[in-house]
Amino acid sequence: MPCAPLTRGLSSVARKALMALTGLVLVGFVLGHMSGNLLFFRGPEALDAYAKWLHDLGPLLWAARVTLLVAVAIHIWVGISLAAENRAARAGGPEVAATRRASLASRAMPHTGVVILGFIAFHLLHFTFRAVNPEVAAAGDAGRVHDMIRLGFADPLVSAFYIVAMALLCLHLSHGVSSMFQTLGLRNERWRGPLDLAAAAYGWVIFLGFASIPLAVLVGIPPFPALAK
Amino acid sequence: MVKENAPGGHDATLRLTLRVWRQRRGQPGAFEEHTLAAVPTSASFLEMMDLLNEQLVRAGKEPFAFDHDCREGICGMCSMTINGMPHGPLPGVTTCQLHMRNFRDGETITVEPWRARAFPVLRDLAVDRSGFDKVIQAGGFISVRTGSAPEANTLPVPKPVADAAMDAAECIGCGACVASCKNGSAMLFVGAKVTHLNLLPQGAPEADRRAVAMVRAMDDAGFGNCTNYGECQAHCPKGITLDVIARLNRDYLGARLRGFFASTGKPRRGGD
Ligand code: HEM
Ligand code: SF4
Ligand code: FES
Repeated sequence: MPCAPLTRGLSSVARKALMALTGLVLVGFVLGHMSGNLLFFRGPEALDAYAKWLHDLGPLLWAARVTLLVAVAIHIWVGISLAAENRAARAGGPEVAATRRASLASRAMPHTGVVILGFIAFHLLHFTFRAVNPEVAAAGDAGRVHDMIRLGFADPLVSAFYIVAMALLCLHLSHGVSSMFQTLGLRNERWRGPLDLAAAAYGWVIFLGFASIPLAVLVGIPPFPALAK
Repeated sequence: MVKENAPGGHDATLRLTLRVWRQRRGQPGAFEEHTLAAVPTSASFLEMMDLLNEQLVRAGKEPFAFDHDCREGICGMCSMTINGMPHGPLPGVTTCQLHMRNFRDGETITVEPWRARAFPVLRDLAVDRSGFDKVIQAGGFISVRTGSAPEANTLPVPKPVADAAMDAAECIGCGACVASCKNGSAMLFVGAKVTHLNLLPQGAPEADRRAVAMVRAMDDAGFGNCTNYGECQAHCPKGITLDVIARLNRDYLGARLRGFFASTGKPRRGGD
């Protein structure tokens, strides 16, 4: 029952495959992004040099950005159209609700997805467009990325939001990464257990990797050199 | 009534409160509450419903409509959502094979029809499952020349393939997968049919066309999209697994890819 104009004519299975393939692009990106970010713990020089290297990629960086933007747009668009159709197809469900197996993560996919979308918007305003805080903007514009991150996470509310958003991303991925294989027809009962485990492990790695940075800034461990003024 | 597990030759009985869905086609429905004073524990769930209906008829009231046929777990007609679970609390059984010994004395049991947009209520607990028929009409068959049957041994089928096809062919088309799915998706049913036929040499020549046509019919009938909850497998009375859904996804996506690059049999348009 295709309803969204952009995906009219694409079957349920084809649109699910689009979800899985765009999800895969995001899964790859998230892992790369997290690994790069962990240079934070190597100190200001390492991280600032990495940021400069990324920016100097020029057209390659833009190609990656456009790919990500397109993937996110398709993922959200198709995700919302599928979720809306599924609500209608269920017709309210039984008066007595019972669940035997569907995991919390699987049932919360649209909800965790929407919070992640909100997070992506805030995150881009915060560190990419630097429109949230002038101090953060000044450090970022001067190429002092390590300082920018420390200033950005100095506010416990902001740090808490990052940590909660990453926890929800972990939940999204703990279903999504295994679901992706099923959607593409690359799973069976023999591999479902190991893939579910791998998805959960991937989710936890992403969560711990990302959340460690705001957490480190909040508790001041490890101690880094004073912010350059 | 058979006395299968009657201790001391007598059936234990249960006193039950039943909340049963009452609905006329096209009108809103509601639960009606009734009590049954003595339900034998050896009665099947459908026999318990028979007792309720007899009690209603004796009181000059209207009995509840519900689907049933074989009452031995093979036809796929019985279809009740019992305390929120299609075919009730016991995994791997149909409603007709669920016995009252699985309930407690004094229990309140809620009985609803399958709930899904693609399965509109005809009356009370009976729903219209013709959406499944449309899916079957689209590809749940093989095309063969009629006439005398060919010698069976001319078509070798490896044992593991025959086993897997038979596992999928166990699907009785009851619709519990749709009713249990929080998306109202029919992927377990469609996957079972596609797997059963596409695995076998008789079905293989039409495998691509079948996968595409059955998915289209499934979407057109108003079923939802699978998000891999896995509820269907946990409620299917025949133990059909998510493997058939993976197979359906694989066959469908492969068919679309092959279709995309298939030869048209003609030179390209407007050129040499
Ligand atoms: C931007 C906001 C996002 C929204 C609104 C969103 C929404 C959704 C929805 C509705 C689904 C389908 C639910 C299902 O099929 O079970 C889904 C699946 C998925 N998402 Fe997201 N998501 C978002 C971001 C992300 C991100 C950042 C990643 C990866 C890092 C991701 C990875 C996945 C994966 C792998 C799947 C599984 C696809 C499948 O089932 O085959 N999503 N998402
Ligand atoms: S797959 Fe299982 S639950 Fe679904 S129709 Fe077939 S037998 Fe019933
Ligand atoms: S009545 Fe035939 S399967 Fe239950």
